[in-house]
Amino acid sequence: MKQQQFEAKYRYEWQEFESQLELLESKKTSDTNLTLFAKNYRKVCYYLALAQERRYSPDIINRLNGIALRGHQQLYQHKSNVLHNMLTFIISGFPQQIRQHAKLIGFASALFYGPALIFGLLVYFNPSLMFSFQSPDQVADLVAMYNPANNAESAEARGSEQDLVMFGFYIRNNIGIGFQTFASGILFGLGSIFFLIFNGLALGGASGFLSSLEYNVPFYSFVITHGAFELTAITIAGAAGMRLGFSLLSPGQNSRKQALLDAGKESIQLVYGVIFFLLIAAFIEAFWSSSSAVTPTIKFAVGGSLWVLVFAYFYLGGRGITQGAQKKDSHKEKR
Amino acid sequence: MLDTHQTLETPESIDLELHLAGPVVRILAFGLDFGIRMVIQIIAGIILSVFDQIGLAIMMILAFSIEWFYPVFFEVFYQGQTPGKKTMGLTVIHDDGTPIGWSSSIIRNLLRFVDFLPVGYIFGLISMCSNDHFKRLGDFTAGTLVVYVTPKQVTHPIPKDQPLHPPVQLTVDDQRAILNYAERLHSLSPERQRELANHLSPITQRKDNDNVVWVVRVANGLRGNQ
Repeated sequence: MKQQQFEAKYRYEWQEFESQLELLESKKTSDTNLTLFAKNYRKVCYYLALAQERRYSPDIINRLNGIALRGHQQLYQHKSNVLHNMLTFIISGFPQQIRQHAKLIGFASALFYGPALIFGLLVYFNPSLMFSFQSPDQVADLVAMYNPANNAESAEARGSEQDLVMFGFYIRNNIGIGFQTFASGILFGLGSIFFLIFNGLALGGASGFLSSLEYNVPFYSFVITHGAFELTAITIAGAAGMRLGFSLLSPGQNSRKQALLDAGKESIQLVYGVIFFLLIAAFIEAFWSSSSAVTPTIKFAVGGSLWVLVFAYFYLGGRGITQGAQKKDSHKEKR
Repeated sequence: MLDTHQTLETPESIDLELHLAGPVVRILAFGLDFGIRMVIQIIAGIILSVFDQIGLAIMMILAFSIEWFYPVFFEVFYQGQTPGKKTMGLTVIHDDGTPIGWSSSIIRNLLRFVDFLPVGYIFGLISMCSNDHFKRLGDFTAGTLVVYVTPKQVTHPIPKDQPLHPPVQLTVDDQRAILNYAERLHSLSPERQRELANHLSPITQRKDNDNVVWVVRVANGLRGNQ
């Protein structure tokens, strides 16, 4: 069949398919005008194959290729229930992922808490060391923040609106740090390791310095509650980042390209959990940790129980729910 | 072939052709998006400044969302196209040609942070230039491609002429070359048209313009014009 005849004979079908595509793409569809979509798509694929086989002119092949591609996009997209996926993730998926990556998260925790502990002790016994890590201005800010003398008056000046501002600030700042810790892991894990150690030093330095000034109570009572979520989230973000980078270092049986793809799919699950935890942390940090209406004793009690709760969640959450079901969900979500 | 075409086999076992987008258009698209983001932030900043502290709080959350999730929002809800990509005629799809979803979009956009390092997307650019799919690090990790939405060429029908049967047997590739030539005629200068057609002189025994006319007639014949 000559190209001219071919075009004349089937042009109408292509136009019909194109108008269906436009409807689908504009999302103004009702079922009635889509009854034959799949069938039409297969036909268009057939015509494209014919046109390619018969070496028709590029013009017509490009046109058929264009609509076949658009049809492929519409046919093979997955609709997912985002809310349902989120809930199953929080109930079972996230703790399952944590257990699956327990070793890596343990390693990330060591990279974070290790330097924190060592640098904290060093600074506690020799506070001037803190100035080798932060500038005098930064240290002065830190001290002012936790000075019990300042605290009483600043608490009165600070209204609930300012709590809200801090909430916004913590979201932007902390989740940003979490994302950076994750993403930079692709550089063979080095970026994540850097952020873990750096943030560990910042935490340790602050603890050690403020302890040496005997500001223990205002500092630890501030940190303990949201720390249960924030500090664990940072270590998880670091582990997720190292998962990316290490997949390039030791791809196993796969090519590096494939290993990185798999690592991406797995680690994004951890990142969802990081976002979830950091949102909770920002909320607690802005509205609870800084509150002067709550006594430090209560803060220690609540904060301590939240730490226990977080670990219980990681250890017990989603046990008995098969991972297969969860995997299927995450796959659905991907599409 | 030194080209940006990439074929993709579908479950219907046909080969779809994808036109990959190179660094330059992608940088232009990014520039547009960057401008749009700035404008949104400035306008939101002006409006929200009326609301004092609460406005400041909302502004911070908004700034965070735009910094990290502006591309994710558009890629997921608008067929893989941010406004900048839409203007440049680009879209993001999975390696297997399916539309991009939440996870892949979030991965490729979080990894922007690394592609941006050390400054001005240098890592991303190096990565794009060192593989034949123009992937930046985020595209590798998420398994995504940036492609042109439709082949950008406009259709120019073959000039009508009386059909002619070639004096020799043409292979399918020859036929294809002749059709291709006839469709691209409008984009060639008269000199170049003649130069290319003159390769056929040994067969046609003609010269210059006569050769061009001859090829167009053969193309008409091949296409089946009456």
